[in-house]
Formats: sequence, C-alpha cells, structure tokens
Amino acid sequence: MTMITAPDLEIAVLVLGIAILLIEAFATKIDKRVLAFVAMAGLAVVLIASFFVAPSPISQQATGFWSFYTADGLSIFFKKFSLLTTIFVLILMIDYAPVLRSSFPGATPQAGVGEFFALPIFTCVGLMYLVSAIDFVFIFVSLELVTISFYVLVSFTRRNPLTLEAGAKYLVLSALSTAFLVYGIAWIFGVTGQTNLQRIAEVIANPATDHGAAMLGMVLVLVALGFKIAAVPFQIWVPDVYQGAPTPVTAYLSVGSKAAGFVVLLRVLEPFLALRQTQRLIVVVTLLTLIYGNLAALPQANLKRLLAYSSIAHAGYLLIGVACFDVSAIGFYLVAYLLMTLLSFAVLIIVAQQTGEQIDDFDGLAKRSPFLAFAMVIGMVSLAGVPFTAGFLGKFFIFYAALAQHQTMLVVIGVLTVGCGFYYYLKVIRAMYWQSSAKVEKIPVNGLSRLAISTLIIATIWLGVYPQPILDALKR
Amino acid sequence: MVLFVIFCPIIAAMLIMAGATARKTALVASVSTFAAALFLLFSFDQGQSDFQHVTSLTISPEWHLSFTTGIDGLSLVMILLAATVTLAAVCFTGTVEKYENAFYACLLFISGGAIGAFSSIDLFFFYAFHELALIPTFLLIGIWGSGNRVAAAWKITIYLAIGSFILLLGLILLYQSFPASARSFDIRALKATAELDQIGADAQRHVYLLLLIGFGILISLFPFHTWAPEAYASAPAPAAMLHAGVLKKFGLYGLLRLAIPLLPEGARYWATLLVVLLLGNIIYVGLVTIAQKRLDWMLGYSSVMHMGYILLGIASATILSTTGAIALMFAHGLSIALLFGLAGELRKRTGTLVFDELGGLAKVMPFAGLAFGLGVFAAIGLPGFANFAGEIMIFFGAFKNGWEMNRFHSFQIATVLALWGVVISTVYMLRAYRRTFMGALSERWKEIVDLRLSLRIPIAILVGALLCYGFFPQSFVRIVTPAFRTYLATNKR
Repeated sequence: MTMITAPDLEIAVLVLGIAILLIEAFATKIDKRVLAFVAMAGLAVVLIASFFVAPSPISQQATGFWSFYTADGLSIFFKKFSLLTTIFVLILMIDYAPVLRSSFPGATPQAGVGEFFALPIFTCVGLMYLVSAIDFVFIFVSLELVTISFYVLVSFTRRNPLTLEAGAKYLVLSALSTAFLVYGIAWIFGVTGQTNLQRIAEVIANPATDHGAAMLGMVLVLVALGFKIAAVPFQIWVPDVYQGAPTPVTAYLSVGSKAAGFVVLLRVLEPFLALRQTQRLIVVVTLLTLIYGNLAALPQANLKRLLAYSSIAHAGYLLIGVACFDVSAIGFYLVAYLLMTLLSFAVLIIVAQQTGEQIDDFDGLAKRSPFLAFAMVIGMVSLAGVPFTAGFLGKFFIFYAALAQHQTMLVVIGVLTVGCGFYYYLKVIRAMYWQSSAKVEKIPVNGLSRLAISTLIIATIWLGVYPQPILDALKR
Repeated sequence: MVLFVIFCPIIAAMLIMAGATARKTALVASVSTFAAALFLLFSFDQGQSDFQHVTSLTISPEWHLSFTTGIDGLSLVMILLAATVTLAAVCFTGTVEKYENAFYACLLFISGGAIGAFSSIDLFFFYAFHELALIPTFLLIGIWGSGNRVAAAWKITIYLAIGSFILLLGLILLYQSFPASARSFDIRALKATAELDQIGADAQRHVYLLLLIGFGILISLFPFHTWAPEAYASAPAPAAMLHAGVLKKFGLYGLLRLAIPLLPEGARYWATLLVVLLLGNIIYVGLVTIAQKRLDWMLGYSSVMHMGYILLGIASATILSTTGAIALMFAHGLSIALLFGLAGELRKRTGTLVFDELGGLAKVMPFAGLAFGLGVFAAIGLPGFANFAGEIMIFFGAFKNGWEMNRFHSFQIATVLALWGVVISTVYMLRAYRRTFMGALSERWKEIVDLRLSLRIPIAILVGALLCYGFFPQSFVRIVTPAFRTYLATNKR
C-alpha cells in the first residue's frame, strides 16, 4: 500500500474546494445545501486519510519544497484540527443559511449560499498549509490565503450595517498587521540572510549576529501574530468583528484562525528563545491579555460580544503556555477550546434565530429547550474551567507548566481572572435557568445539529476525564 | 461497593435529568446509597490501616494518573455522614414548585461529588469530584433560594471557584515538590515518599500555606468565611443541609488527608497562624452569631464558628485530637443538617425566620420543638451527643499538643479560649431555641401543623446517629485511629 504523504491532504482539500465552486456554478437547480454535505463528506474523507500520514521530523538538510514545508507530528495534529473545525463550521453554516436570505433581497432564495459553503474549504487549506510552514515566505503566503478568504466570509451578509462595519474593520486592520509581518520578516532577513526558521535559529545562536535588529524584526512579527490570536494590545478589532460577522464565521475565526496563529507563534518564537527579552515580552503581553480580556467581558450583555472577549481571555491562558513553551499544554488547550467554543456557538446560532443574541434572549431557555440549555451549560462550565470538562484539564496543564517554570506572576493573575470568568460564563447559565421569559414555545433543533451538539458535549466531557488520546497524539 | 456508593447518586441525577420521576428516583437512590454505606461500615476491617475495597482504572500512565477509589477509616466516616445527610436532605425536599427534576438532580450531584471526593485515593479525582458541586450549588441558591438569593449565589460561587483554583495550585505544587521519579497522583504513593523525608522544608511551607488558604476558603476559615452565612441563609433547606453538613467538611478532610501526613514541617511552621485564625472563627464569629436576629443567619454563622473547634483538633495533630476532629466533623454534619432542615420547615410554614416574629411554636409543633431542642443540645455539645465526644477529645488532645510540648504554649491558650466558645454557643443556641419555640404563641401561627411522618423518619435517623456515637464513641474511635496512627507517623521523628 502506498502511503499518503502530507502535502496530498492539502491538494485534496483544494481540489474539493474548486469542485464545489464548479458544481455551484453549473448545477443551478440543486438545493445548495447539498454542496455543504458534499464538502463535509469530502473533508471527512481527508480527515480519515490524515490518520494514515506518518509524521516525519524537520530535517536540517531539507531542500526545495521540504525547506518550506514540514510534516512533523505537530503539523499533522493541527491539520486534523483544522479539518475537524471546518466540518463543524459547515454544520453551523447549514443552520445559519436561512439568515443569509435576508441579506440578498430580491434574489432567489439560494443566492450566495453556494459560495458561503465553498469559502471555508479554502480557508481550511490555508490553515493546513500554515501549520506546516517553516519558512517566513510560506508562512506569509498561507496566512494571506486564510485572511483573504476571511475578508469575504466576515462581510458576507453585507446588507447588515454591523456586518459591513465588521468587514471594513477586519480588512483594514488585517492589512495593517500584514504590513507589520512583512516589515518584520524584512528585518529578520536583513540580519540573518535567511527566511527558513531553522537556519535563522542557527544564525541567531551565533553571538556575532546583530541581536538588536533581529529583536526588532521579531517584535514586528509578534505584532502581526498578536493580531491573529487576539492578544492585547492588538485586540481592538475583535469585539466588533466577532459581533458583526455571520455567527459561524465568528466561530471559525475564534477557533481556526486562533489555533493556526498559535502554531505559527510557537514555530516563529523558537529561534528567538535564546534571547532573554523574548520571554519577558511574552509575559507582559500575556498579563495584559488575561486582565483585559476577563475584565472587559464582565459587563457584556450581548452573548456574541461576550464570547469575543472570552476569546481574548483564552488567548491569555494559551499565551501562558507560550511563555512556558509547553507545546502539549497549548495543543490540549486548543482542542478543548475548539470543542467548547463550537458548542457555545452552535447553541447560539439556533437560539439567535428564534430570539436574539443578547444574554437576555436566553431567558428561560431551560423551559423552551432543555437540550440546548444543557448543551450551553456544558459549554459555559467548560469555558469557565470546571473539572470533568475539557476546559478544566486545559487550564490544569497550562497552570502546571507555569508552576513548573516558577512563573508566579502569571499564575496569580491567571487564577484571579479565572474567578472573573466564572462570573460572566455563569451569567448565561443564570439567564437560562433563573430568569423567566414571556415566550414559551419550544425551539426546534434539526437532526444534524442535534447530532453535532451531542458529539461536542460528549467529547467535552470525555476529554475532561480521559485526556490521554490527545496527549499521545501531541507527543508524536 | 465503593463505586456503587459514588455513582448511585450521580447516575440517579442523570436519570432524573433525562426525565425519570424525580422524587421517587431520588428517594430510591439515597436509600440505597445509605444502605450501601452501612454495608461498607459493617464489612470494614477495623484492624487495618490501609485502604480497603480499592479499585483502580489507569487514566494516564505518564502522569501516574488513575481513577482509584477505596476507603480507610477516615473516608468511611465521611461517606457515612454524606449518605445520611443526603437521605435526610432528599426527605426534607418534598414537592418543589418549579423545575422539580433539576432540584433533585442538583442535590444528588452534590452528594455524589462529595462521596466521590471522600473515597478518591487519586489526588486529581479527589479535587475534581468536589468541584462537581459548584454549579449545582449555584443553581440551587439562584433558582430556589430566598432572601437575597442572587447576591448570595454569586458570592458563594465566585468565592469557592477562586478558593478551589488556589487549592488546585497548591495540589500542583505539592505534586511538583516531590522528586521527579516519585511523582504520582496516588495519595498512598505520595505518603510513602513523604515518610522518607523527601520534601524540602521550604517547599513544604509554601505548599502548606497554599493548601491552607485553598481549603480554608472551602471550610470558611476566618477571615474567608463571609460567603457562608449569607449562602446558607438564602439556600433552600436541603441545599444548606448538604453544603454545611457535608461539603464544607471536604476542606477539613483534605487537610487531614494531605496536609498533615504529607507536609508535617509546613504544618508545624504555620501552626501559630492557624491557631490565631481558628480563634477568629471561635471567638469573633461566635460573638457575631450572638448578634444575629434571624434563625437562618444564626445557624449559618454557628456552622462557621464550629469549624474552629475542628481546625483546633487538626492543628494540634495528636491522635486524640484528630480523632476528635473527625468525630466532630461527623457530629456537626448531622446536627447542623438537622437544624437547617427544621429551620427550612419553619420557613415553609411561617414564611419568616426573624426571631422577633416567632415564639411559642412548640405549642403547635411539639415534635419539631423536641427535635430542634435535641439539635440545639447536640450543637452546644451536651454530653450524650456525638458532638460532646468530639469536642472533649479535641480539647484534651489540643491541650496536650502534638507538635512541641515545651515551647510557646499557643495550643494551651487556644484551648482555654476555645472552651469559652462553648459558652458563647450555649448563649446563642439556647436563645434561638427560646425565642423560636418558647414564650407566647402569636395569633398568626395558631393554624400551623406539626411535621408529618415522612420527615420524622430522617429526623429520627439523624438524632439516633448523634446519640449512638455520643454514648459509644469507642466504636467510632476504633474505625479511625488505625489510619491516624500511620498518618501521624511522619510527625514523630
């Protein structure tokens, strides 16, 4: 049997995306939701295929394509992660599709739906390339692939003024951060004469290198990546964009984009770890992110906006892992974050179509749909970090790493902000169970969403009790 | 059998959430848990100091993490307490106006979590099971509470969440303070290593302080006690019974299970601090209790105050005093559950618990009056009740003082002051009894009916257990001391 190699996966997904677009263009009569099912099936096949890819460590002498691209264990793991995220996002999009109609008045009911299902596939390709990239040029190109498909997705329901605002903000600020990235890469290239991360590391290890200039380049790159992962002080765009974008896209932004950002961050930082200032800088950014994200989330009344701030807060916990450079803690946290965030967004999409996105709109949900309310409880307690959920173990591994490295400040602030987290996540639970609402009619949940939500609930609890499979997968 | 005791309430809670008849399922589950706990008591081998009925399931070999459960004397007593109070709490619940299923499910989750924590030998599950109670408590107070329920629910939840994360840090540091080859989440393995003197004195001090703060918040150690009275006053009676009676004992249990055997140097170092704080519980909170004008608040404060005695027993770390601490934990759990349950019934009938409005209720509720009187006597520590047995052992043990006989006599002073605490508790308890059940009966309360039979049974069980262990404390001591003998071995160098 011939083994599948890692680059085949991206090519397969790319072909799938183009195929979907072509079907969309020529088969005008079909129900467009079929496209989403085809896309999900295709991605699922690639996901299964990815289990047959043997990881290979980064080699020093790699040339040609392999000096840009690595198929190490980490990248394979995050390829699976991207595929899984995209499949779930497509399920959310099917639920969300009716909302699109209002944005295309006068057109046929199916207008625009096809592209809505096809674009995430291209984003997925970008994410998959990004987690494999070990060369600044390749990082830049795949990052742009991700970002450009997000430009379209974020402003997809453009008749909605909030969405339009979100699209414009995302476009301008994203372009600005790209400029920082390129500028930083130019400085680093200027100092080291290399774009490959391994070779950069070798040059920086040499004491004769101009470390000041290299630091400047690194800081500029950090600014750009800080934008992607929503770290303070580059988080200003997050609440508005998350609130304005179509909800499945928000979920995708907060999970996929963030995970890829962290993988790149880990890869980019590795050469610079020899410099002492790097860690100090990360610690400062981490503290700011933790404090800002959690405090700003406290007064929010709009659930989508709340989740935006919570995504900043979680970036803070992930950054603790980065400051300690614990790859498996970050990996596990990201998986937990994937599960619980998608779970919350899945419930939000269904409920928002019946009532709205405010936390008040969740009043009395326990009466209207006990299933959705329970799913939301699991999502929220996992985000807050209650044991027996994946979110708790994520925090456990992060705090473990921080204590092992004696990062007292990070731990103290981390624990205090967890306390804030309990307040704003439990606010949602309070609305669902304590408050009564005038509306009493049941909220229907279709079979596919029910299956997806149940899967996410079970996975959240399963990983909260038995984390070993993920830890094993990350170790390879 | 241990697994059955843990999972019976949890599975019942899940069934109830899935739609099973709430009250019936909860009753069946709590009765069978109680029966299983009694079975554990009678099949327990008293001569053995090791864990018994051990079952283990490996979770993560690289972290030495496994789901291991088992019981020794210490955990057996706590499981008995939890099972008894759960049964009483379920009986006291009756019909619930809204979300009946959720109410019973929350109660059973708290109970299953507490039992799970008491019978876990693995550090991780020991911690995680306790946290299972956090969200149900929030919901119980928030949905079904009375008075200032919203503020109370937020306060207890955030307070306890931060407390338990501090505790988590302490546990992680504890794990890391062991040499890398000996790291394990298994408490037995940790104890074996600790006996070889492998944890540095500095590490012990740091870890002990974190554990003391973390557990202290859960115990409502002065000055971290402010969440407790408000929460208990606002909580529905069964929730207050379970929380004050069982869950709060988790922190004390944790100190006994981890801090004393694993970190003797840390315990010795911080002993004076702990003594000062626990005197805050006994004297300061005791005086505050006297000033209360409502029965529910008074009971809430009194439960905070009594933690001081138990902590005194733990702090002085003699076999006698720690045995007394366990006995008092058991006795206090039963007596406070009895009092909270009765207070809840009073509130149901009268709609108020302000002392000025009550009075003379023994005339219309003779049985409740009798039961409340017995509960009050037990709480004061009248001879014949298990509380007396516990307190007397603590006072004698603390006066003898396990750590250092000749140096600073902080334990002797503390014992003397703590004895005055008994007087304080006599004052507020008897006053509460007089103002509620004695005196002239107001016109408004003429129509009140006494407790029905289904409530008399749990009351009889609670009082019976208190009297049984009050008259025969020896049966209790025999279960517990073998465990303590090895536990305190590390202190006797």
